[in-house]
Amino acid sequence: MIEAMTLSKRFGSIQAARDVSFVARDGEITGLLGANGAGKSTCLRMLYGVLTPDGGKACIDGIDIRGETSQARAHLGVLPHAAGLYNNLTARENIRYFGSLHGMAAQRLKSRTAELSLALGMDEFIERRAKGLSQGQRIKVALARALVHDPGNVVLDEPTNGLDVMAIRNLREMLLALKGQGRCVLFSSHVMQEVAALCDRVVIIGRGKVLADATVQEIRERSGTATLEEAFLQVLGDTEGVS
Amino acid sequence: MRTLLVVFCKEFLENLRDRRTLLSALLFGPLFGPILFGIMVSRMLEQSVVESDVPLKMTISGSKYAPGLTQYLKARGVSLIEKDLSENEARAAVRGGRSQVVLLVPADYPQLFTAAKPAPVLLFADSSDSQTRKLADRARGILSAYGSSIAQLRLEMRGVSPLLSLPVAVNEVDVATPTGRAVVVLGLMTYFVLFALLMGGLYLAIDSTAGERERGSLEALLSLPVARSALVGGKVLATCAYMCISLALSLTAFVCVFRFVPLERVGMSANLGFETALIFFAICLPFVPLGATLMTLVASFTRTYREAQTYLTTVLLVPTLPIAFASIYSLKTKSSLMFIPSLSQHLLMTSVLKDEPILLPDILVSAAASLGLALLLFILTARHWRRESMLG
Repeated sequence: MIEAMTLSKRFGSIQAARDVSFVARDGEITGLLGANGAGKSTCLRMLYGVLTPDGGKACIDGIDIRGETSQARAHLGVLPHAAGLYNNLTARENIRYFGSLHGMAAQRLKSRTAELSLALGMDEFIERRAKGLSQGQRIKVALARALVHDPGNVVLDEPTNGLDVMAIRNLREMLLALKGQGRCVLFSSHVMQEVAALCDRVVIIGRGKVLADATVQEIRERSGTATLEEAFLQVLGDTEGVS
Repeated sequence: MRTLLVVFCKEFLENLRDRRTLLSALLFGPLFGPILFGIMVSRMLEQSVVESDVPLKMTISGSKYAPGLTQYLKARGVSLIEKDLSENEARAAVRGGRSQVVLLVPADYPQLFTAAKPAPVLLFADSSDSQTRKLADRARGILSAYGSSIAQLRLEMRGVSPLLSLPVAVNEVDVATPTGRAVVVLGLMTYFVLFALLMGGLYLAIDSTAGERERGSLEALLSLPVARSALVGGKVLATCAYMCISLALSLTAFVCVFRFVPLERVGMSANLGFETALIFFAICLPFVPLGATLMTLVASFTRTYREAQTYLTTVLLVPTLPIAFASIYSLKTKSSLMFIPSLSQHLLMTSVLKDEPILLPDILVSAAASLGLALLLFILTARHWRRESMLG
C-alpha cells in the first residue's frame, strides 16, 4: 500500500505539489492522471524518496519513506520516467546489478531472474547486450529490474511513453498480472484511454493539486457525462494538455 | 561495503566493454607520452650528433684574395665551394636557399690585411632559419679562431707576448652528471606520466556520472535502498582502478622506450629501469584517488557526456600548472613543496631520476597531502549526490 499524506513541494516560485493525499491499495491499479507539468512526476518522486517534500509524508506499507528510507524502498519497485539501461551490460547483468544492490544473494537472484524472464517473455534476449534491444524489450528489462527484489508495491512513471501499440499491450498485461499477484500498482500517465482501460482507481492531478480521487465509474457518474473523456475534461476544468 | 563492491565490479566490467574507455585508458593515454617522448628525444640526439660530425659546407667567393684564410678553413675540415659572386648575388643565393652560408672576400682584403688593418669579409646567412643559424655560428667560430691566431702572430712578430691580450682565462666546469643532464629532457616525462594516469580514468568518471544521467539510469539507481556515498565510492574506486592500469602501462612503455633511445651517446644516462618504474608507481599512487575524486566531482555537476568531456579536458591540464611553475622558477625538491599534489609527485620523480636521495618524510607528506585532498573531494562529491538537484 502506498499512502501520500498532504505532500507539498515547491521549486522556486512554482508550487509543483500542494497537499497531495491519496492511497494506492494492494491488488489494485491506481492511475495518476494529469497534463504534462501537472506535478505527477514530482508526486511520484516524493513517494519513492528521491525528492524531499516541503510538507507532508509518504508511506510504503506503513513505513515512512523519509524516516526509514531503506526499509521502505525494499518494499518498493520503481520504474522512473526515463528508465535507461546500461548498454554494455546484457539484460541479465542489468537485472543482476539492481538485485545485488538490493542485497539479494546470488542463488535467489538467479532463480528470481529466471522467474521474471519467463513471466515477461525475455528468454530470447536475456543474454544480449542492452545496446541492441528494441524499445519494447528495453521496457521489459527495466520492469524486471524494478521487480527483481519482489516488491509488494510498484511505481511507474509514464511507462508507455515511446512504446508502440504492441509493446503497450504487453505492458498492460504485465501490470494486470502484477495486480493479480496482489501487488499495489501505481502509475502515471497523460493518456486517458490507457488509464480507463487499466485502472481501478484514478487520481487526477492538475497544477499540483488532487482534483479527483475515485473509481473510473464514480468519476463518470459524478460528472454525469457518458464518456470518460468528457468527465476528465470537466474535472480538469480546461481542455489543455490531456490527450 | 557490499554496495561499494557491487558498484565497483559493474563499472569495471561495463567500461571494459566500452571501446572508447579502452582506447583512452589503455592505449592513447599510456602510450601517447612515451612514444612522442621517444621520437622527440631520438630526433634531438640525431641532430646534435649530425651537427658535430658533418663537415661545414660554405660557399666562398674571392678566395684568391685570401689564400691564407682559405687554407685555414680547409685545414679545419670546411668543405669549400668556390664561386665568383657579387654582393647582391651572394645575398640572393642565401635568400633563395641555393647556399646556406656564403663568405665573400672583397678585392681590398689583401691590401688591408698586409697593412695590418681590419680586413673585411662578408658572411651571408639567414638568422631566421634555425638550421643555417647554427651553421653560421660554426662559421663565425672558425673565422674568429683564424682572426685570433693571426693577431697572436702579429704581436709575437712585434716582440709582444700574446698572453698580454688574454687578461682573463675562463675555464668552464660543467658539474652536471650524465644523469643530471638527462633530467632536463626527462622533466617532461613526469607530466606525461601524470597525464596518462588521469587519462585512464577520464571516460569512466564521465560514464559513471554524466553518462548515467544522460542515458536515464540515474534515477532508478538513486531510488534503490543503498547509501549514496557507497554508490559514489564504488564509482570512484573503479575510476582509480583504471587510472592504476593506465599508470602501470605508461611506466612500462617508458621503460621500453628508454631501452631503444641512445641517451648514452650524448653522455646522458637515463636512470629508468623497472625498479625506478616501481618507485614511480608508488610515488604516483596517492595521486590516483585525488585524480579520480576530482574528475568524479566535476563530472557529477554536468548534464551530458559532451559537457563533462569539455570540463574534464580542462581538469587534465590542472596537474600541468604546478609543474609549469616548477620549471619557470626552477624549483628544487623542498619539504615545504610536498604539500602541493602533482608538484610533489613531479619533484620526487625528478629527484629519483637525478639519483638524489629522497627523504621518507617527504614521501609521506606528499602522499598524505594528496590523500587528504582526495578525501575532502570525496566528501563533497558524496554530499552532492545526496542532493535533490542530482536528479537533473
